[in-house]
Amino acid sequence: MYTLTGLKLKNPTILAAGILGTTGASLCRVAHEGGAGAVVTKSIGPMPKTGHSNPSMVKLDCGFLNAMGLPNPSYPSFIQELEIAKKDAGVPVIASIFGGNPAEFKEVAEGLLPAKPDAFELNVSCPHAEGYGAAVGSNPCLVEAITAAVKDIVNVPVWVKLTPNVSDITCIGNAAEAGGADAVVAINTLKGMAIDIESGYPVLGNRSGGLSGKAVKPVAIKCVYDLYTALEIPVIGVGGVSSWQDAVEMMMAGAAAVQVGSAVYDRLDIFSEISTGIEAFLQRKGYSDVKKLIGLAHEMV
Amino acid sequence: MLPLNATILKIYEESPSIRTFFFDFQFETMNPGQFVMVWVRGVDEVPMGLSSKNSITVQKVGEATSKLFELKEGDSFGLRGPYGKGFSLPSEGEKTLVIAGGVGAAPLVPYAEAARSAGSEVHTALGARSAGDLLFEKRFAEAGEVYISTDDGSKGTKGFVTDVLNSLNLSVYDKIAVCGPEIMMASVFRLLEDREVLDKSEFSLHRYFKCGIGVCGACCIDKSGLRVCRDGPVFSGVQLMDSELGKYTRDASGRRVKI
Ligand SMILES: Cc1cc2nc3c(=O)[nH]c(=O)nc-3n(C[C@H](O)[C@H](O)[C@H](O)COP(=O)(O)OP(=O)(O)OC[C@H]3O[C@@H](n4cnc5c(N)ncnc54)[C@H](O)[C@@H]3O)c2cc1C
Ligand SMILES: Cc1cc2nc3c(=O)[nH]c(=O)nc-3n(C[C@H](O)[C@H](O)[C@H](O)COP(=O)(O)O)c2cc1C
Ligand code: FES
Repeated sequence: MYTLTGLKLKNPTILAAGILGTTGASLCRVAHEGGAGAVVTKSIGPMPKTGHSNPSMVKLDCGFLNAMGLPNPSYPSFIQELEIAKKDAGVPVIASIFGGNPAEFKEVAEGLLPAKPDAFELNVSCPHAEGYGAAVGSNPCLVEAITAAVKDIVNVPVWVKLTPNVSDITCIGNAAEAGGADAVVAINTLKGMAIDIESGYPVLGNRSGGLSGKAVKPVAIKCVYDLYTALEIPVIGVGGVSSWQDAVEMMMAGAAAVQVGSAVYDRLDIFSEISTGIEAFLQRKGYSDVKKLIGLAHEMV
Repeated sequence: MLPLNATILKIYEESPSIRTFFFDFQFETMNPGQFVMVWVRGVDEVPMGLSSKNSITVQKVGEATSKLFELKEGDSFGLRGPYGKGFSLPSEGEKTLVIAGGVGAAPLVPYAEAARSAGSEVHTALGARSAGDLLFEKRFAEAGEVYISTDDGSKGTKGFVTDVLNSLNLSVYDKIAVCGPEIMMASVFRLLEDREVLDKSEFSLHRYFKCGIGVCGACCIDKSGLRVCRDGPVFSGVQLMDSELGKYTRDASGRRVKI
């Protein structure tokens, strides 16, 4: 057992938002078969959205590019999926939500409350959805107001997921903390693009999108490192984690837990693999507790 | 992978609404039942079963497929794949029953051929709306015996493939492979269940694909949470017991839609 913002996690690995999180059954599968310590849903918004046209995700040699465009059935339809996940996942279920302004965030959070999510994760960081995500998440005043608006109406932890596509992520992290966030999650994808040289067409249906996977890990490590110094609240690390070594590195940078997204491409049970890897590492190193790893790199220099 | 550039070598008109596009790239390692993501540049990217190592067979139903129908020999599109899990091949001496409805025949015809090459006796129940819509009759016939049914009775048995199956002794088959419209697959599923041969069957499912590579979760089915694009599209009948098959599917937003 592992405690994070008051939630009891089976282990410190968490399924990242937007990955296998469209249905309740799939979230349960990641928890049971995959071994995740907690799961985050697909980001849910106020209206049904079909997302961008395909291709919406491609694998590159160094990582993945995606521009899904926040497809989601809207909160009234998602309630039944959240209920299924809550009933059978056996681990905390965190509802990821998005909106274009504080009122919309509030509406979605309120709408999902009857299904009793264990926490909310506010997506103010998607890089490729006009009017949503990073469009609001690059503005510290809006981030603070959105966080405060959701905190105001829920009595479960609120995590705020940050975009790395800003000049100073700690400034946005501070805003989330000022708004009352219980934790920040860093990072969402980095803006990126690929072009098909045979035809000259941008590959993604939305032309550009977000980079994830191995390529973004050094960026994520740096963001987590900086946020750990700047904030009082826990930082949850995400971006390019695909092995227990990556997870340990992320924790040493300051992450209280790690989320895993793109790496489910390799194997679904990556979560069990990472958490047993961390356990073995702790034993080998003689660390009494996983908490000893958190922020370790800050003490070295 | 980024989409590779596939140039159209030949377009064959199978029926007024179905065309086979042969391209200049061979998916040498493909297993029948696997699919490719076909990128109609500037429009959309959609999944299509491989009807041979270098062809897809497409039914015109909407925007991307209509655009595909405007392409001519020498034009090109993008291709990623082969993806997903195909049908499992019979061993030598095993009997195979192929059940194909409509454009569902596309991934099944290379399967019937591969099963035949593996030394299996192959029978095919091939159904379509009318005689002109029957797909790959010749290729199926070369692989083994074919039982035809058409909704309007213009060829073979008048009725659905299930009407043909009713008159067959299903217990003699070691492998049963099914692909077609979901309503048809759901009734075949019930029939195979009644005849207690579900454990020998495999079904190729159709769900809305976004990523196509098993990451986004758009195509997951209930109650297992299995991904159609990665854990499928071919599932055993046993895997589909107590599933959403024939009940509902999901649209691009993830909302349930009744079948
Ligand atoms: C594994 C698999 C194999 C397939 N093989 C074939 C085949 O061999 N031949 C063939 O003609 N068709 C095949 N299909 C169906 C084909 O993908 C759709 O008919 C096609 O995407 C329609 O695109 P559209 O833009 O013309 O139609 P639209 O107007 O966009 O939509 C019409 C219908 O097509 C389906 N569709 C649209 N986009 C997608 C998508 N991204 N993923 C899945 N379904 C979609 C939906 O059910 C939709 O209601 C297959 C589907 C799957 C999942
Ligand atoms: C296909 C896909 C869909 C995503 N959807 C969301 C989403 O809905 N909400 C969100 O906050 N982040 C979303 N993300 C971002 C991931 O949660 C994660 O922050 C990012 O992918 C970096 O982690 P990774 O390298 O482990 O994938 C998505 C990422 C991918 C690849
Ligand atoms: S389409 Fe993305 S997981 Fe299947």
